[in-house]
Amino acid sequence: MSISRRKCLKWIGAAGIGSVAGKSAFAAGNKHFEGYPGSFGVLHDITLCVGCRSCEAACANVNELPLPDKPFTDLSVLQEKRRTTEKAYTVVNQYEVPGKKAPVFRKNQCNHCLEPACASACFVKAFKKTETGAVTYDPTVCVGCRYCMIACPFDIPTYEYDEPLTPRIMKCTMCYPRVIKGELPGCVEACPKEAMTFGKREDLIRLAHDRFRKYPGRYVDHIYGETEMGGTSWLYISSAPFSEVGMREDLGVTPAPELTSGALSAVPMVVGLWPVLLTGIYAISKRKEIVFQQELEEAVRTASDKANSKLADALAKVKKETKNAVEKAAQPRTKEDI
Amino acid sequence: MSDKPAMEVKTWLTPFNIVSGSIIIVGIVLTILRFTMGLGAVTNLSNDNPWGLWIGFDLLVGVALAAGGYVTSAAVYLFGMKKYHSAVRPAVLTGFLGYSLVVFALNYDVGRPWRLPYPFIIQQGTSSLLFEVAACVALYLTVLFLEFVPAPLEWLGIKKVRELAVKLTLALTILGVVLSTLHQSSLGALFLIAPSKLHPLWYSPYLPVYFFVSSIIAGLSMVIFESTLSHHFFHDKMDETHLNENQGVTLGFGKAASLVLAGYFIIKVMGIAGGDNWSLLVTPYGIWFLVELIGFVALPSFLYAIGVRNRDVKLIKWTAAWTVIGIVINRLNVCLIAFNWQLPSSQRYFPHWMEIATSVFIVTVGIVIFRFIVTKMPIFYEHPEYKDVH
Ligand code: SF4
Ligand code: SF4
Ligand code: SF4
Repeated sequence: MSISRRKCLKWIGAAGIGSVAGKSAFAAGNKHFEGYPGSFGVLHDITLCVGCRSCEAACANVNELPLPDKPFTDLSVLQEKRRTTEKAYTVVNQYEVPGKKAPVFRKNQCNHCLEPACASACFVKAFKKTETGAVTYDPTVCVGCRYCMIACPFDIPTYEYDEPLTPRIMKCTMCYPRVIKGELPGCVEACPKEAMTFGKREDLIRLAHDRFRKYPGRYVDHIYGETEMGGTSWLYISSAPFSEVGMREDLGVTPAPELTSGALSAVPMVVGLWPVLLTGIYAISKRKEIVFQQELEEAVRTASDKANSKLADALAKVKKETKNAVEKAAQPRTKEDI
Repeated sequence: MSDKPAMEVKTWLTPFNIVSGSIIIVGIVLTILRFTMGLGAVTNLSNDNPWGLWIGFDLLVGVALAAGGYVTSAAVYLFGMKKYHSAVRPAVLTGFLGYSLVVFALNYDVGRPWRLPYPFIIQQGTSSLLFEVAACVALYLTVLFLEFVPAPLEWLGIKKVRELAVKLTLALTILGVVLSTLHQSSLGALFLIAPSKLHPLWYSPYLPVYFFVSSIIAGLSMVIFESTLSHHFFHDKMDETHLNENQGVTLGFGKAASLVLAGYFIIKVMGIAGGDNWSLLVTPYGIWFLVELIGFVALPSFLYAIGVRNRDVKLIKWTAAWTVIGIVINRLNVCLIAFNWQLPSSQRYFPHWMEIATSVFIVTVGIVIFRFIVTKMPIFYEHPEYKDVH
């Protein structure tokens, strides 16, 4: 443990976090967010991790999680690649890295993104990026749709599938309840190798660069989490390429909310434009119909006019003819009469 | 006296009743299991695969295939294609039933279904595409209900209210199109947040556009497909107008579907070009993608065109069924098959038989209700008292 409890308390006082934490938390939105100034994080130095699972045990302890079937002292579980579960917020995995004699260990837990995908995805705002840096979850509003699990690029949130009526999302809290009390996260405190350092994120980045300088050639020149998905509060440095220790290097630097902001901004467009366009189309088709109707009537009228005049002609003709005929008929008679 | 009960038994035990009855009994048992043992007991969902068949099929496919309602009412009331008028009621009914079932199915999938209103009344997660989906589906279900309500009102003989509902037709149609555009596209946009999990051939910034355009295709094809089935089973319920207009509907909608499919094909190809994903086409996923693109987009577009040109109603009907299968494949690809493609096969998802049975149960409930309604209410025929008042 490289940071004393007293120092931790002092920071918290300085950041005013004890009183304001969670009051007006970052609402996942479309604005770019670079993290709360002075918010905390953890730097995990993978080169120092020995895979003892003390952090796993401490995490289960402080979060009152059920004990696993195999005790935490059983290191055989390191053989398989484990992920976080609803009973384990953090897991340590072992990796054989080509070109390295000894295996490499890496701890996995929520990375507490600066702009969390989970928070941006949740439709009841159950997640909150607090000013401590921790991304916390509120089970009293969660509907259990599991979209946060779809969204998280690090595959962190887990779900209580065996709870029929009250399932919760389960994930690392960065020990938010402890941190606001001035305590260190359970795992950080328990690590016998000081593989993790808790502190302000800016300081941690500086610390990482110090180590790069101090031990040339030991580290890959990259702080994982500094820019990944827009940056995370949990940071990693490693001697092995990150992809060799199960960390994706293809995530890019775009924070999650930016991925969906385009689609969201189209909403007012559709709402504003569609009705106007559709009414227009309706008017045109209606107008067409009216014009069609009129033309039809017109056609009928001209047709009937024509027919009428023809009829009149015909009638006149008939009349004339009858008249003639009558006259003709009358003539002989008159003649006869005469 | 003594043989009367026997006769009743005989009339009730039709093949339809036996099959649907058994499915519903199984469904009820599964419902009890789900709500007493949890999702873990009846599904293969896991922390790696939080969404399964109930989202991929019940929600995504369900909403896409229920698009016939907005497509048909827009064609008739907004685009002035009055000659398809008799297609509106069945389409609106299937739309309304479809959406009701989608919402019903969601109650199985989400953890605490009674909290489904929370996003509206407790805290609005407006940054979430799922919020948009939820809001639009809820509103659209109301719209569909109002569009559908004249039928039961005619059946019950309540004239005043019916007149009011009919007067709203135009406004409801416009609202329906707006809401459908929004949620059909948002269902695709749900996956925009996970570029690292969805295969690049299916992931595209155009996902919302793809989902919207393909929903039009789904709507048109479903109207043709359903009318084929309805003709088979409910021919005696149809009045002359319906029967006479039917061929026109099939030809007209077939032509429209051919065109929209062609447009969809073009924007899908633009998507590959935009992501410069050509090289991926020769991978196994790429071949599967081509099967979808060539077999279920290009081919039906072509077949529809031929069918319309030759006035070959039979070909159009088969093409409609084929296209519907294509839509199902597309939605399952995005949500399940091409999702989590990088995970080792041991961590991939395949639905549990109980998930499949539950989905079959929900579809069966829909068919039973549909059958009840079309045999009782004026759906395929115009109510004698309300003729010519549309
Ligand atoms: S790692 Fe995942 S769960 Fe943790 S804050 Fe980021 S998106 Fe959320
Ligand atoms: S499962 Fe809960 S926390 Fe996760 S997105 Fe859904 S409502 Fe939000
Ligand atoms: S910060 Fe707390 S919750 Fe997170 S892994 Fe460490 S002990 Fe567990």
